[in-house]
Amino acid sequence: MRDAFIGRLTQLAAANPRLFLITGDLGFGVLTKFAAARPGQFLNAGVAESNMTGLATGLALEGRIVFTYSIGNFPTLRCLEQVRNDAAYHEANVKIVAIGGGFSYGALGMSHHATEDLAVLRSVPGITVVSPGCLWEVEEVTEALVQTPGTCYLRLDKSSAGRTNRPGEYFQLGKIRTLRSGRDVTLLATGGILAQALQAADQLAADGVQARVLSAHTIRPFDSETVFRACRETGGIITVEGHVGGGGLGGLVAETCLEGGVVPRAFYRIGLRAGFASVVGSQEYLRARYGMDGAAIVASAHQMVQRAGRLTVAGRVDSAR
Amino acid sequence: MRALAKSIRIHALKMTSAGGSSHVGAVFSMADIVAVLYGGVLRVDPSAPQWPDRDRFILSKGHAGAGVYAALAERGFFPVDRLSQHYRDGSVFSGHVSHKGIPGVELSTGSLGHGLSVGAGMAYGAKLDSKGHRIFVLLSDGECDEGSNWEAILFAAHHRLDNLVAIVDYNRLQSLAPVSETLELEPFADKWRAFGWAVVEVDGHDHVCLQRALRAVPGSPGRPTAVIAHTIKGKGVSFMENTVLWHYRTAKGDEFERALAELEAL
Repeated sequence: MRDAFIGRLTQLAAANPRLFLITGDLGFGVLTKFAAARPGQFLNAGVAESNMTGLATGLALEGRIVFTYSIGNFPTLRCLEQVRNDAAYHEANVKIVAIGGGFSYGALGMSHHATEDLAVLRSVPGITVVSPGCLWEVEEVTEALVQTPGTCYLRLDKSSAGRTNRPGEYFQLGKIRTLRSGRDVTLLATGGILAQALQAADQLAADGVQARVLSAHTIRPFDSETVFRACRETGGIITVEGHVGGGGLGGLVAETCLEGGVVPRAFYRIGLRAGFASVVGSQEYLRARYGMDGAAIVASAHQMVQRAGRLTVAGRVDSAR
Repeated sequence: MRALAKSIRIHALKMTSAGGSSHVGAVFSMADIVAVLYGGVLRVDPSAPQWPDRDRFILSKGHAGAGVYAALAERGFFPVDRLSQHYRDGSVFSGHVSHKGIPGVELSTGSLGHGLSVGAGMAYGAKLDSKGHRIFVLLSDGECDEGSNWEAILFAAHHRLDNLVAIVDYNRLQSLAPVSETLELEPFADKWRAFGWAVVEVDGHDHVCLQRALRAVPGSPGRPTAVIAHTIKGKGVSFMENTVLWHYRTAKGDEFERALAELEAL
């Protein structure tokens, strides 16, 4: 995803001299192309994320569109107060980019697991929060953020669902994309773990369960209408995210549906539920270990469909009385 | 400038007393610095607060916001009578300085250790755009405990931001106790020098010295400037001077009357 991001950003920077990129001394071999092509629009701020975010705010208040770039929790949690007080409160054109969402850097240990960022960032007023699931979404959302005023957060992942766009598809920030149609259950995913949701849908189809797969690349503003439709039209909603179970996409859907008075027939959140991951491993290993892989999604969907079947039978008995 | 400093102190006393807010000692400590900045150093235009070539001023010690509101009102950025809204229910004049709805405030602060980084970003941007304006950031001494400042101090020297000025209101008293008993800053000037800054030490209540130091910017080509202003917390009211108490205490009743009388006699 980071290559897709930096590729598109390099193109955009060539066309827009006000676009600026600051790294917190990370991006070895990745940012080189941008730095070489746009030396006047690139800065390495050193290992100093608080200062990096303050600098970005200062540059943005003076008319630039500033991307800050680092790994995992460094450009977000490490300098959260600068994100909140400096960038967001001043509605500064600062676009925070974290590579390594979820367990992307699983083997590096807990410090590099970005598993609470969506919950934290979406709680800060005024921040547009995006978490693309495929390479096309990364490119499109990068361009969209340049056009979006104010502070934004872009969460990138090592994994991705490849390219999921249809020929001629038009990208819309804040609009959930429907990748598979189906009525038995909805798999609503955000981020690179979308790939697991698609795999799960294939398996489910082979098992005779038609899963609708939705990609929620934008967490804020949130497309509640598409979620409400899924609530009405499908047997239940399973949210899928490389993030803790609470506060991220799953929490957002629960809040939105309960407050909107549109409650799914069944609901389950696929996410990290075991506390901090103190063992390490590849992204694939950790997802499997913590019940966040394709197999876990398939199992949850089957359980939901079976339970819905029982409820439907009971409901018929009730209505017959 | 003398009159402006006096007005800032009197307004701040009235604002903090009426609203029941703290930090009057911190305002009095920096009142002369702010008066010299707004009275004779900053190139600003009250009728065009967003004039692109203006000098930028950031109050990083945001808790002394009342002093900046007073200076801006006196300079004509907004009517003086708006100051009476300070700290009131529904007012935009928060205890810590805020930019929303208040012409002339560049940056909202309040959590210490934010202003210098933003100022460094503004200074870096001005260099990129070959602009001649300067960025002044006023910090407290206790604020220099915050590590983020030292990130910004490293950055500004590395990038030769000679259009950036950090002014430290060095009254040697922080929130609970003297700086020397909390986290010693000395040798303070040497620290800035070691980080690559040009350092000027001045009496922070001497308007002539302050003007000379602040008007000279950029005084040392290729280097940012630190103006270490030696000040007295609570300056101008005898019973407030050099006391930790008046970091938080609000002047009421007889204390208010006595303080006002002393300030009016200045």
